[in-house]
Parts: sequence; structure tokens; C-alpha cells
Amino acid sequence: MQIPTVAELYAKGEKPELLYWVGCAASFDQRAQRTARALATIFTRAGIRFAILAQEESCTGDPARRAGNEFLFQMMALKNIQTLNQYGIQTIVTSCPHCFNTLKNEYPALGGQYEVWHHTQYLYRLVREGRISLKPATAEALQSVTYHDSCYLGRGNGIYDAPRDILQALQMKIVEMAHHRSRGMCCGAGGAQMWKEEEKGQTRVNIARTQEALATGSRTIAAACPFCNTMLYDGLKHAGKEEEVQVKDIAELVAEHLASDPTVGG
Amino acid sequence: MLIAQIVFIALLVIAITLFSRQVRKIRRNILLGRDEQISGNRWKRWKNVLLLAFGQKKMFRNWIPAILHLFVYLGFIIINLEILEIILDGILGTHRLFLPYIKPVYPAFISAFEVLAVLVILACSIFLIRRNILHVRRFENPEMTCWPRRDANNILIFEIILMLLFLTMNASDQALQMKHYGHYYPTGSFLITHPIAQHLQQISPGLLVGLERGSWWLHIAGVLFFLNYLPYSKHFHILLAFPNTYYASLEPKSQMPLMADIVPEVRSMMGLEADDSQSAPASPPVHFGARDVFDLSWRHLLAAYSCTECGRCTAACPANQTGKKLSPRKIMMDTRDRLEEIGRNIDMHGSFVDDGKSLLNYISEEELRACTTCQACVEECPVSISPLAIILELRRYLVMEASSTPQEWNAMFTSIENNGAPWTFPPDERGQWASRLA
Ligand code: SF4
Ligand code: SF4
Repeated sequence: MQIPTVAELYAKGEKPELLYWVGCAASFDQRAQRTARALATIFTRAGIRFAILAQEESCTGDPARRAGNEFLFQMMALKNIQTLNQYGIQTIVTSCPHCFNTLKNEYPALGGQYEVWHHTQYLYRLVREGRISLKPATAEALQSVTYHDSCYLGRGNGIYDAPRDILQALQMKIVEMAHHRSRGMCCGAGGAQMWKEEEKGQTRVNIARTQEALATGSRTIAAACPFCNTMLYDGLKHAGKEEEVQVKDIAELVAEHLASDPTVGG
Repeated sequence: MLIAQIVFIALLVIAITLFSRQVRKIRRNILLGRDEQISGNRWKRWKNVLLLAFGQKKMFRNWIPAILHLFVYLGFIIINLEILEIILDGILGTHRLFLPYIKPVYPAFISAFEVLAVLVILACSIFLIRRNILHVRRFENPEMTCWPRRDANNILIFEIILMLLFLTMNASDQALQMKHYGHYYPTGSFLITHPIAQHLQQISPGLLVGLERGSWWLHIAGVLFFLNYLPYSKHFHILLAFPNTYYASLEPKSQMPLMADIVPEVRSMMGLEADDSQSAPASPPVHFGARDVFDLSWRHLLAAYSCTECGRCTAACPANQTGKKLSPRKIMMDTRDRLEEIGRNIDMHGSFVDDGKSLLNYISEEELRACTTCQACVEECPVSISPLAIILELRRYLVMEASSTPQEWNAMFTSIENNGAPWTFPPDERGQWASRLA
């Protein structure tokens, strides 16, 4: 499987049907790269002509803006909008809720108008339309799972159902945490916290949140954000549970359950 | 009679004058904020007012206090009808003015008010117990000591007293009716106070009249006092909840507002031509972000006066839950306190005289830094306040103007600028995960 870049397609006079906006985390972080690979596998299986920007992609500016550096945010936004517009990109799928929010809600004010999907929304569409088919339930799939709402998907953009619908399509049993949906608790990474130590307190946000996840008794914690993923994994390590319990992105779970002979595409 | 009318009218005029003077001050304070145009759908805004302010929709995220609050709220709205009669009686020197006009339904109306009065007493008593005996966690934060605590208790006790006076007035009135005394014409019996009236009959008519008049006067004087207490209290929310829900942001909670002022500068820095849609601002901002309340939008200042100090935001805040100093409720209270301080400064000097302080004397960097921008506070607030919006403006000031940034964030900024990523990975490695695909 070879993923073309938008520039390569452009050189051939082509345009992708969909731009996969990978984001910094899924580009560089080893855990999050698994999500990117899973998505690439799924897109390929569904026969979607997608491409990535590779080195032409830059940070959306989300952490800079949340930290208060509006200058830097606007610089990054204008730069990315320039790239996207130059290639005439219309549809974007991203695996990071922070990129999703910036691209979808914040770029229009600076001249970037795109149709932006978070991968959970897009994957659910593929499942619903039968463009990918899923393996019949395995014993593992029947185990309970708990889903951690990312703030920037849930409260920020009202996406609560798509990730859960996918888990249901995978025939997994969802056990909700004490705080879920609009009451979901932050993983602790947002607002540029990912890049600095937490302020002094009784405990860390990710540790508190992981406790809630562990309290559900689920062996799998599903996430839909690379930062939540990292934070929860660190929480598991702190609790010494990283062997028993796993954190996985929804995309990874879907990729693991792709039926080997696809009904469509291939 | 005439003297009573004059006293009453004087009382009314004084109370209303004082109240409107205070309201004008608050309005002036709110307008100290930066100008901000309200855009977007009017209909959606009205819908928010109907659902959130009138309909109490968000309150019902939390059932028990929502029902209790509903009693107090309905009690407040509906009893105003009764107060209308009291005021007219006071001005005209009449007694139960509406009675002859709506005689058949009058007892039903008053009985309904009485039932509400009992529910209000019940709800306020439970609220008092929750706050002072059960120690509900969200009322125990450090910002809830001294005045905020007393303010909340004052109001609850006050409401109970007002309702008790209302019931005493009706009970003694009916006792007098039963004795066919003076102008106390029969009204038909009121649900709650009728049985009490029967017991009161043993009391002499003179004493009963004293009781009736006494509670009538104390009730209305209490209401007028209450009116003038409001602007000094978090209970001003009963008025400001309405405009505040109207003006609240309609954007997704995760969308941070664009600083349009600096767009032309950034564009030219990047060698981009000016964008016609974003012409240069008429007056450049005094500060980048907010250092003081003047730099916040009037909408944020309106929100500060609308905050009910209920602490739902703080209870949901992950930073607060894990023991950080940040409390979104405190952000709103501090904003209001600072604004009030500036208001007093203006009252004293005619215009604002620099006091060497800013909002950052109230809100520490440690608090501001702890926010994960998770929007839980915005989600929870029953009156659509966004403490997050103020946090973001203050962070902008810290980073862009005060250059007070944690070292790690500076490194992150540098990396974004140089590598296009918050981590120090070179951009040409961005696609490597893909080339390593099997
Ligand atoms: S947005 Fe900030 S202040 Fe509001 S709840 Fe989240 S962490 Fe707390
Ligand atoms: S900001 Fe809203 S939720 Fe927070 S204390 Fe004030 S009224 Fe309550």
C-alpha cells in the first residue's frame, strides 16, 4: 500500500477525493501512528482515493492558540490555508479532534472553507453505507469496552454518537464511565497542557480519568483522539494496568475487524 | 388613610429611584468593556432565552436542585401578580383591589399563590440545609467564604420571611373576615391560611388588624428592600439571566474567537496581500488579549454580573476536581469584583484613575495555566456563561504581551514555528509513518 501525497497527485493533474489530515501526533507519535496506519488501511479497503500532505502539512496552530499565542496560530492557519487552497482541497478527514475543530470551526474566519470530518464520523458513514464490512463478532469483540469522549469532539462539536455507533457495529458492549457524553471528563491534554507539566494539585487529570475508566471493568478503553490516547495510556501505566487493559483508537478497532474479503473496493 | 398612602408612595419612589440608580451604574460598568458586535441568528438567541432563562433547561441536568429552584423561580414570577395588587392597594388606599372584579376566581388565585409560598419556604429551607448542614461540595470552595456565603444565606432567609409574612397577612385577613370586621370583606377561603385563620379568631380584632397591617407593610417593605439588595448580590441573575442567554455565543464551544485586529499584521508579516474582507481596524487594541476588565468584551462583563455563583462549572472542571487552584466560578466572581472596584473608583473620581491594579491581581497565572479548555464549565453553566472565554483572553495577554510563558510552552511555540509541529521533529519526517506501511 502506497499513500500518495497531494503534491504527487497534483503533478499528475489529479486531485484526491479526500485529504487525510494526519496531524502532528499521528505523524510523529508512535502510538498515534497506529491510528494513522489503521485509517490508511480502512480507506484503501474501502477504495477511497485519499492522499496526505506529508511535509506540506503543518501544525494547525491549535496548541499555540489555546496557550494564548494568537499570532502563531494565525501564521500557521494562513500557511495551511494557503496550501489547502492551492491544491483545491475540499474534503478533509482528520484523526485528531483538535485539528478537526481548528480546520472546521476556526479556519473559515481566515478564508479556509472545507468539508471537515472526524474519522469516527467518516468511518461510521463507511460502515453504514456498507463500504467496509466487518468481521463477525469475536469473543474479544463481545467484551465490554468503555468510550472516552474527547472534549473537542463531544462538547466542542456534539459528536457523541458516531464513535459509539461504531463500537456497537463491532458488537462490543459499551459500559459508560461515571462522566460521559456532555459530562465527559477531560484527559488533561487539551489547552496546550500536553506540552507542559500540570499545575500543582492532588492528582493528575489523566490519572483521575483513567481511574474512572478502570472502574467500568472494561478491558478496552476506546478513544478517538491521539492525545486522549496517550494520556489514558500513561494513566494505565501509573495504575500498573497497562498489561491487562488496553487503550485503542476507534480506527484501530475497526481496522482489526475488517472482513478479509471486502464486499466493495479492495 | 391618606398618610399611609403618602408614606407608601414615598417608599415606592425611593426604592425605585435607588434601584434604577444602581442599575444604571451596573450598566455603565458593563459598557466599560470592549465593544463587540453581536452577529448571528436572532431567532436562535430568543430560543436560548426561552429555553435557558425562562425554561430553566440547563438546570435540569441536576434534578433535585432544579425542582427546588423551579419552585422559587415560579414563586418569584407568579407572586409578582400579587405584589401588583399590593402596590395598587398601597397607592390607592384600597384593600384587595382586584377582589370585586374577579370575585369567583379570587380565592383560587390567592390559594395558588399560597401553595407556591409554601413550596418556596420548603425549597429555601432545603437549600439552606444543603448549603450549611449537608455541605454540598460545590458550595465549599475557597471562593465561597465570607460574603458569597452570607449573600446566599441572606437571600434564602429573606425569601422565607417574605413568604411567611404573606401567609400571616392572609391568615389574619381571613380571621378578620370571619369576624365581619371593618372593611375586611369576605374573599372566600384560601387553601393554606384558612385553617390558620380559624385558630387566630381568638385574638382580639385590634391585634388582628395590627397583625394584618403589620405583615402587609413588612411584606411590601421587604420586597422593596429585596429589590435594592439585588444589584449588590449574585441574585441579580434573576434579571440578567435573560439578556445573558440572549447575548451568549452561538458558536461551537470549542471555537476560539479570532483576534481580527492582528490579522492584517500577520498577513503582511507573511508576505500575503491585504485581504479586503479584513480591513485594518479603526483603532488598534490597547492590549493583546485582556489585562484588565476594560480589555474584555462587554459580553464577558455582562456574564460576570449574571453569574449565580452556583459552582456547577467548578464542580465539572477537571482542573478543580484534581485539586488545582483553578475554579471557573472564581474567574467570574473575580471579574465582577474587579469591575465593581473600578466602578467605585469612577464614582469617587468622576473617571477611572489608575489604581495600579488589574484583573491579574485577582486571577493568578497558576489558575489560568491550569485550564485544559475542555469546555465543561461552558456546558454546565445554566445561564450560558463562558468562564473559558475570559481565561483565554487573559492567557493571550500573558503570552503575547506580558511574555510570561512557561518555558515548555516557549519551546513548543518555537518548535511549531520552526518545524511546523509542537515537537522537534523535522517536517520531512512527517510522511514517514506512511512509507513504513506494509
Ligand atoms: S474549560 Fe478550563 S475552566 Fe472550564 S472546566 Fe475546562 S479546565 Fe475548567
Ligand atoms: S459561571 Fe455559570 S455555572 Fe459557574 S457559578 Fe456562575 S452561573 Fe454557575
